[in-house]
Amino acid sequence: MTTDTSHYGGLRFMRLGMLALAAGMLFGVIGGFQFLFPEFLQELLFTKTRPLHVSLVISSIFLLAIGGIYFYLPRQCRLPLFSVKAVNLHYWGFVVTGLTIIGCYLSGRFGGREYFEFPPVLSIPIFLTWILFGVNYFCTARQDKEPWPVYYWMWGTGIVFFFITYAESHLWLIPYFRENMVREIIVQWKSYGALTGSWNMLAYGTALYLATRISGCEKYSRSRLAFSLYFLGLFNLMFGWAHHTYFVPSEPWIRTFAYFVSMTELFIFGKIIWDWRASLEDWQKNRHCNAYRFLMAADVWVFVNLGLALVISVPAFNLFTHGTHITVAHAMGTTIGINIMILLASVFYVIREELPNEIHARCSSQLRTGFWLANISLAVFFVALILAGIGKGVYDGTSFQEMMTGIRPFLFAFTLSGVTMMIGFWVILWHGFRLMGQILAPVRVAEPEPA
Amino acid sequence: MSDAARHGQQVFQDKNCIACHQFYGLGGYMGPDLTNVISTRGEAYSRAFIVAGTARMPNFELTDDEVSAVVAYLGFVDQTGTYPPKDYQILWTGNVAQADDPR
Ligand code: HEC
Ligand code: HEM
Repeated sequence: MTTDTSHYGGLRFMRLGMLALAAGMLFGVIGGFQFLFPEFLQELLFTKTRPLHVSLVISSIFLLAIGGIYFYLPRQCRLPLFSVKAVNLHYWGFVVTGLTIIGCYLSGRFGGREYFEFPPVLSIPIFLTWILFGVNYFCTARQDKEPWPVYYWMWGTGIVFFFITYAESHLWLIPYFRENMVREIIVQWKSYGALTGSWNMLAYGTALYLATRISGCEKYSRSRLAFSLYFLGLFNLMFGWAHHTYFVPSEPWIRTFAYFVSMTELFIFGKIIWDWRASLEDWQKNRHCNAYRFLMAADVWVFVNLGLALVISVPAFNLFTHGTHITVAHAMGTTIGINIMILLASVFYVIREELPNEIHARCSSQLRTGFWLANISLAVFFVALILAGIGKGVYDGTSFQEMMTGIRPFLFAFTLSGVTMMIGFWVILWHGFRLMGQILAPVRVAEPEPA
Repeated sequence: MSDAARHGQQVFQDKNCIACHQFYGLGGYMGPDLTNVISTRGEAYSRAFIVAGTARMPNFELTDDEVSAVVAYLGFVDQTGTYPPKDYQILWTGNVAQADDPR
């Protein structure tokens, strides 16, 4: 047993991410009920539940990805962290800022833009801790004298671009942007699209890391295909945002350009994981059965989301789907189906590597049940949102309420499947959280009761 | 942008109206899009919603000043374009050309 605990910070980040995800889903479910019953939980208006939901689940994606990076570098890549103290500072900075933001939302103190509705001063600690993370990452990864595997590039790019795009999403604070609606809405949504690209980099990097480690084959992080995924991702990150803003009046070339930015990124990612699956030996699949299952789920969801994304990227269809629940289906389908699945694979990969098999074998049937419950519910959830979106898209009357009444059955199915999906994820998260806690407290597990 | 509209923009953000409403289809989907609410429904109509709320929209108990500011802001947004597009043509490429595209 080693006494080096420098990877513990990563585990703490991952556990915090699991908590944020569990809580965030609860607010989503409350929001779903508020769609159906406007008088539901009036004390916690939808103006609060929506940002609580979105901020918590998105921060869980970041926390789980950051935790993985802080864990894998020192523990498995033989790269001692440049500064362990900075990891702790980052962690506590995140906790304090996060709690302050939650407090602002709960007390109805807004002032920011969609998705960052908190008062903008709170972005300052977010920037500062992110710098800490970035410096620590690059100074750590720099010690690797070999050419970098693709996941180092992806993580590094995700970190740099988060910084740039997050800064960009604050341009509205400058009157030059704020006072020109079109300029500002384009900049805002461009930055959001790129922000999504930046956390996708963190998540895809994690997926390729896992694929490499589980198979023991370097090819997945050094091949030409892997690097083409990286470059496409980078391209999309810089240019692939404009499908959010087709109908904001803007230069037509911006729209045409966006239209041609391809969906190849998702496709290549799907293909890499598919090929990887075919190459695995049975013992490798069995050893990491939980991580494997989540990665395969992510792969299936890649193709499902790819189909929807292709359709809504055609402006002629986007005309009808934009501004409907189809957008929400796209947002949640990709974040849950792809990002969350990859990051849960990372959680259970870590657990399998760090704990003796018999400890987690005990909960394997519950994990399997949670997995299927979450995925089947997600399928219903996804279809219900699309149907609700189609209902809104084809409605040609003028009464908002009449339209909402028409799509109510779909919103009902959406909320119910949201509840079962949450239960499925809660089972998974509960075991993930608990087992990771055992890694952090090895003494209690390893030592027998004193006589 | 007038001073009133600027103030209205601040109120709109402070109350987080965008959680339920959209501009140009972007926002939350519990309520209708507000891009052209002033030109299609009128100021008085919009004011009535903002002042009193409805079964589905909370009453934010804004002051008269704040209400006028928000209405001015909605008016400002209204001037910036049309959503959903009304005057458009679907091209063979799958692209959409709108009458108010900048040229
Ligand atoms: C909890 C969700 C919610 C919030 C928050 C909210 N609204 Fe609404 N609003 C609605 C709904 C729903 C309607 C449609 C009327 C109805 O169904 O009662 C509506 C209707 C309106 C209308 C009339 C639009 C039309 O086309 O009929 C205006 C104007 C309006 N809201 C402005 C605002 C402003 C300004 C704010 C912020 C101060 C705000 N709303 C906050 C839910 C909300
Ligand atoms: C892993 C879990 C989840 C993730 C990552 C997630 C992510 C998101 C994201 C990114 C949005 C913003 C969408 C947009 O602006 O278009 C959103 C909105 C929303 N989510 Fe989730 N979600 C999750 C689970 C749930 C669950 C279980 C429910 C329960 C019904 C739910 C209900 C909602 C609602 C009601 C909205 C607001 C829709 C609107 O804009 O009006 N979510 N979610």
